[in-house]
Amino acid sequence: MAEFLQATAISKTFGGLAAVSGVDLSVDEGEIHCLIGPNGAGKSTFFKLIVGTYAPTAGSIAFRGENITGMQPSARVRRGMSIKMQTPSVFKELPVRQNIHIALQHHVSKADLPREEDRLLDLMELSADANKLAGTLAHGQQQWLEIGMALALKPTLLLMDEPTAGMSTEETFRTGELIKSLNAQGMTVLVVEHDMAFIRQIAQRVTVLHFGKVFARGSIGEIITDPRVAEIYLGKTHVA
Amino acid sequence: MALGLCLLWGYGGMLSFGQTFFFGIGGYSYGVLATNFGGGGMTLVALLLALLLAALTAVILGYFMIWGRIGGVFFGIVTLSATLVLAFFLGQTAGPEWRIGNARLNGFNGMKGMDPLTIPWFGDSQIYFEGTYLFYLVVVLIVLVYLALRILVNSRFGNVMVAIREDPQRAELLGYDVRKYQLVTFVIGSALAALSGVMYTSWGQFIAPSSIGLPAAAMPIVWVAFSGRSDITAVLVGSFFILYFFQMITVHSQQAALVLMGAMMLATVMIAPQGFVVNVTRAIGRFVQRRKASAKEA
Repeated sequence: MAEFLQATAISKTFGGLAAVSGVDLSVDEGEIHCLIGPNGAGKSTFFKLIVGTYAPTAGSIAFRGENITGMQPSARVRRGMSIKMQTPSVFKELPVRQNIHIALQHHVSKADLPREEDRLLDLMELSADANKLAGTLAHGQQQWLEIGMALALKPTLLLMDEPTAGMSTEETFRTGELIKSLNAQGMTVLVVEHDMAFIRQIAQRVTVLHFGKVFARGSIGEIITDPRVAEIYLGKTHVA
Repeated sequence: MALGLCLLWGYGGMLSFGQTFFFGIGGYSYGVLATNFGGGGMTLVALLLALLLAALTAVILGYFMIWGRIGGVFFGIVTLSATLVLAFFLGQTAGPEWRIGNARLNGFNGMKGMDPLTIPWFGDSQIYFEGTYLFYLVVVLIVLVYLALRILVNSRFGNVMVAIREDPQRAELLGYDVRKYQLVTFVIGSALAALSGVMYTSWGQFIAPSSIGLPAAAMPIVWVAFSGRSDITAVLVGSFFILYFFQMITVHSQQAALVLMGAMMLATVMIAPQGFVVNVTRAIGRFVQRRKASAKEA
């Protein structure tokens, strides 16, 4: 069987700088896969290559056996990907409910729309703020709203770039639990993250990027006990 | 024309200086076609063909701009250039060699003498849309266009348009092909401008390059900005009042009217960037609510 998401020898250079060079990555159906690495490792660039906002300089990407390398982001989304970007990008001038509405109206019939909106608002704990403008929400809530919009698309693969940036410890923990429960319902998740506590909470498999190349990969247990990874990224003191 | 621009700019986030470009295309096409077809019911065919031609031009121009990822200020610059090119081109068509069929383009003096819109009626009688009849027709058209746009902006399509204005990347990542939506919006807005062009030409049986050039091109932007670009009702009301006052002042001095337009634009930018009509309406709304609130307390 073809891999669920398969990036093969993918590279991206900006001018003379190779941000990502020759990365292979495969994500299996039904897993939570984390992509980590120190600052400037090429995580976000790699993420944008998967999403389609950048076109790779070389290499190919396949999703459920279909080559999606040259596709527009919107076409990838229609095939079942859903994306949460690093900075919360919600429609700030529109009410929270309308944000969800726009994400939903794709594939939900008019009669079911209000119920689905309520369900997502409830899930994201935003029901009380449904009529506020999205831009007036606290940073963490905007992140949640965007996750809600990503979920509105009923994705089979959820892609998240630092979903917990700017969240409090408690919000981060709840986000982790949410991701785990979505995964338990069968959603495949690829997360780019920085926060090791969060990764320990959710990750099953981890790929470490360093200077645009795959540095290590393995289960979460293997990665956090790998002294080489500790050296480049975690700092030795963190291992204990 | 103003309603079309409101759709483009207020809802679609595309500032187009090209409204008079399409106004001109609509007007001239109608002029050329109506002159060649002769009058009568064929003027309706000329109307439809003129709209079609303008829409087609919008598709081509829009395709290159939107697929070329021209956005923001540059969208304005490209549409403005197209407008000026058309105005200058038509301006130099004074010689007798510039004719299409029986229609002379006449350079800066403009085309004239085409038949007004006509509907063949029962038997041999015909309805000419002149004077009062034309006025009613225009009113009916404005109402229809207004209602159609209301339906459009409150539909799924309108939602997506607003989403694209707010954050094109987010809209793209929700699975909407941003470019297709922008192109359709551009074509609708432009076709409305062309419709205005046809009506204008039919009304005065006259169209000239000065209806296309820079001062004319800036006008719809002033109307829409002044009224409030994010609301088609405000634009309808605002444009009506502006044009009304504009006509009143023009009777005394055309320069004064243009200067006033400029002043209004500056005032809008500095005092009420959301648009005056929108702001005034909101202020009245707040006032009424306060009155209600104090009435309850008392």
